[in-house]
Amino acid sequence: MAHAQDQILTPNPTGTIVPEKIREGIDLEINGRSYRHTGDDQMPLLWYLRDVLRLTGTKYSGEHGEGGYDLVLVDGKLASATSLPMLHVAGKSVTTVEGLAGADGKLHPLQQAFIDENAIGCGYCTPGWLMASLDLLNRHPQPSDNEIDQLPNLCRCGCQTRVRRAIKRVANGARA
Amino acid sequence: MSQQRDNTMQPSRRRFLQVLAGTAGALVVGIRMAEAADLPVPPSFLGDTLYGLGAYVRIDADGNVIIGARDPDTGTGTATAVPRIIADELDADWSRVSVVPMGLGVEDDNGKPRWIYGHQTSGLGDSIPAAWADLRQIGATARWLLLQAAAPRLGVPSDRLRCEAGHVIAPDGRKLGYGELAEAAAKVAPPTSPVPLKTPDRYTLIGQPAGDVDARAIVTGQAVYALDSYASDTLVAVLSHCPWIDGSVESLDVTDATSVKGVVKVIQLKPEAGIALGQTVRAPAVAVIAENTWAALQGRAKLKLKWKAGTQSENSAWFEQQATDLVNDKNAAPTTRVRNDGDVDAAGKKAARRVEATYVQPWLAHATAEPMNCLVRVDKDGATLVVPTQAPQQAWQVVQRLTGLSPSQITINVPRVGGGYGRRFDHDYVAEAVMLAKEVDKPVKLMWTRDEDLAQDYYRSACVHKFSATLDGKRQVVTWNQRMASASALAQRGLPDNRLWVSEVDAHQLPAGLVPNLRNDWYGLPSVMPRGFARGMPHVSNAFAVESFVDEIAHSLKEDPLVTRLRMIGEPRQIPLRNDRVLDTGRLANVLKLVADRIEWKNWLRTVNGLGIACWYVDGAYVAHAIETSLQGDRLNIERVVCAVDVGRVINPAGLEGQVIGATLDALSNALNLQITYKDSQVQQHNWKDYPLASMAQLPDTTEVIIVPGDGNPAGASFLGMPSAAPALANAVFRVSAVRVRRLPLLKEMLRML
Repeated sequence: MAHAQDQILTPNPTGTIVPEKIREGIDLEINGRSYRHTGDDQMPLLWYLRDVLRLTGTKYSGEHGEGGYDLVLVDGKLASATSLPMLHVAGKSVTTVEGLAGADGKLHPLQQAFIDENAIGCGYCTPGWLMASLDLLNRHPQPSDNEIDQLPNLCRCGCQTRVRRAIKRVANGARA
Repeated sequence: MSQQRDNTMQPSRRRFLQVLAGTAGALVVGIRMAEAADLPVPPSFLGDTLYGLGAYVRIDADGNVIIGARDPDTGTGTATAVPRIIADELDADWSRVSVVPMGLGVEDDNGKPRWIYGHQTSGLGDSIPAAWADLRQIGATARWLLLQAAAPRLGVPSDRLRCEAGHVIAPDGRKLGYGELAEAAAKVAPPTSPVPLKTPDRYTLIGQPAGDVDARAIVTGQAVYALDSYASDTLVAVLSHCPWIDGSVESLDVTDATSVKGVVKVIQLKPEAGIALGQTVRAPAVAVIAENTWAALQGRAKLKLKWKAGTQSENSAWFEQQATDLVNDKNAAPTTRVRNDGDVDAAGKKAARRVEATYVQPWLAHATAEPMNCLVRVDKDGATLVVPTQAPQQAWQVVQRLTGLSPSQITINVPRVGGGYGRRFDHDYVAEAVMLAKEVDKPVKLMWTRDEDLAQDYYRSACVHKFSATLDGKRQVVTWNQRMASASALAQRGLPDNRLWVSEVDAHQLPAGLVPNLRNDWYGLPSVMPRGFARGMPHVSNAFAVESFVDEIAHSLKEDPLVTRLRMIGEPRQIPLRNDRVLDTGRLANVLKLVADRIEWKNWLRTVNGLGIACWYVDGAYVAHAIETSLQGDRLNIERVVCAVDVGRVINPAGLEGQVIGATLDALSNALNLQITYKDSQVQQHNWKDYPLASMAQLPDTTEVIIVPGDGNPAGASFLGMPSAAPALANAVFRVSAVRVRRLPLLKEMLRML
């Protein structure tokens, strides 16, 4: 058995201390929380959200995000997460569908309106519709039918007329 | 875990209900096949870890109820509607019910699979009819057991007790919650014969609107699709498929690809010889396997890959010409004479009027939102998969063949599916994932990219319909001759030639039964393009042609097409069809009249907008659309869409409305814009820009649905909203523009003809 004295560690190094490199990374905020990405800065935000953070509400859409399943808000503006390398979101604030409800679980009025109007088919494209609709309502609190027509989302289940009703429900609620 | 082996009863020849006591005082009622082994219920179901549920209801001691949803829900709402059928018979409090998607129910029958949950498919319109037939007894039996357990506690005979919202209630108002009774109910000897089902006046959930059980998870981004599933240490695979189904690799250099950080391996895949279409790899492919999706995508982009063309070169324009030539060749013998009532040739000779027209419809893709994907882990003694499938039993066949594992060693989980439309009856992507997982000894998550998804599909064949009808002096249609040419979706799948028509034409489709001399000939064509089941097949393509042609008959008579239709349908009567189904002409006329009234059809002749109407019959369900269009220059506006449906008893009106609206818009989107073309056997469409699903602006602002109440057995509504939508649109376009669209996609053809 070793003497107790042998187990005491020496606090002072004998040579010069080589400082650790500062670990560089891309800082960003997602749904109000801070993250640092230290991998490939060309990785699209979509795969950072999905593969790294496992925030899978933002869906794979297509090579360039066409279809609108991958929409998020970046500093409040609608953006395709597929088309945004991590480098371009450094220092920015990202909102995904997971960030719409309150911390207490209370649904955003738009989420509730989608449920009330049954504006859901298979549901895969729903997060994208929610983000695009939210962006529209942020820009036009009382959007016209023509403004709603400009939404970029695609849906084969045919939720379009019900999404329109959900947007109008929120717009009318805001007016009331 | 305890189990009472004798607690079974036999509601049908091969199915048993089974009552079991779960842990912690739970009552479990399930269904199993007669030949099942002693332990048909997944052990996990009996414990507190609730996964792997079957078509079961579990009542926990705290009063919470868990109901397994056996059919994959591709967005059609069966995970809501089917559990509500069980919950109603149980008199459950719906707010205490959780629905859990079941995986595939399979057990070992001496090395062969035994499907223990019965019906497990999505998209054929039979989930609700199947559940109506066999799942109500589960809820009713659970309720009966709870009543027997309550009787001694309340000191009242069970036949004087009633159930309501999760409670058994005595005549004097005293009540016991189901949770308090669950443990005792699990020890009650089960009934010796099926217990009576509720009479419709006592339904509390059936017929009442309910939101989708997954709605909250979906709008908060918490719903986990197969593509959102990860196993620990999972590798991601993306593929590059050969654009020619019978092509091969000419050269491949993987040096750059494998130098991408995170890329693990590049593997070549090939279709297995002698395996039916849809059960093995679709076309030769090169898979890049990496630690994450981004690395895999980069690796794929850096493949130096050259494909060698296959031997067969075919163009879609050539195919269409072959089909047109065939229906026009009076000497060509049909592949199958699908129907032949009366004597078309003899009766046609005396005709006062003859009408003819030919309709051409293009190749179509499935274009699901969630691309093909599959998560799989293969070990020497088991395989576990997460598969977005419409038919888990068929997926199982593929996994079993490739792994050699026994039935109970294969676990297939099916979360909510991001759209099916028939694509997910084929399991080429499952075969690919299993082959890759065997090569890398780690879980593999396969993901098709969008370009692969559109260009490597099993397509709906282009088809050409030629009609010839004759009318007598009283405006009655006396003969009806349909000749249709297409490439069957069932070819290369091990079926005999005389069954290939089944995917292309319905032997009982309208106007069968309404015209005394009716012939329906199908001409099969070969094609290098793989075909598969398409949503609403074969109704959608036939309804477009038939219901457009009925309008042309009306036009030749210079008559309101609603009047022509109602005369063809005639007096309310029951016309026998196959499988004890009947065509009820009264119900068919009713849905037509309902949409006509709603859209103010009386203005048909006067309005500057164009009104169009169409109807269809699908396996016991009736549908009609009326559509109003306007034209501003060459821009077509769909001003109004009204749809009426009659499915017999309605389980969830909110779900039905959503399904009918969705199917209507899907059909309009298909008809307006979409077509797949191919040159030198290579599909030309690779992304949403090439295959533009209708935008919000192209579709109507609202879709009005009229639901006819009914008390017959419920019919399916999976695709019911599709068949009459496109012909109603084309008929409305004719009224507003004088252009008779005989070729889809509609917008392209209308602009060409304007």
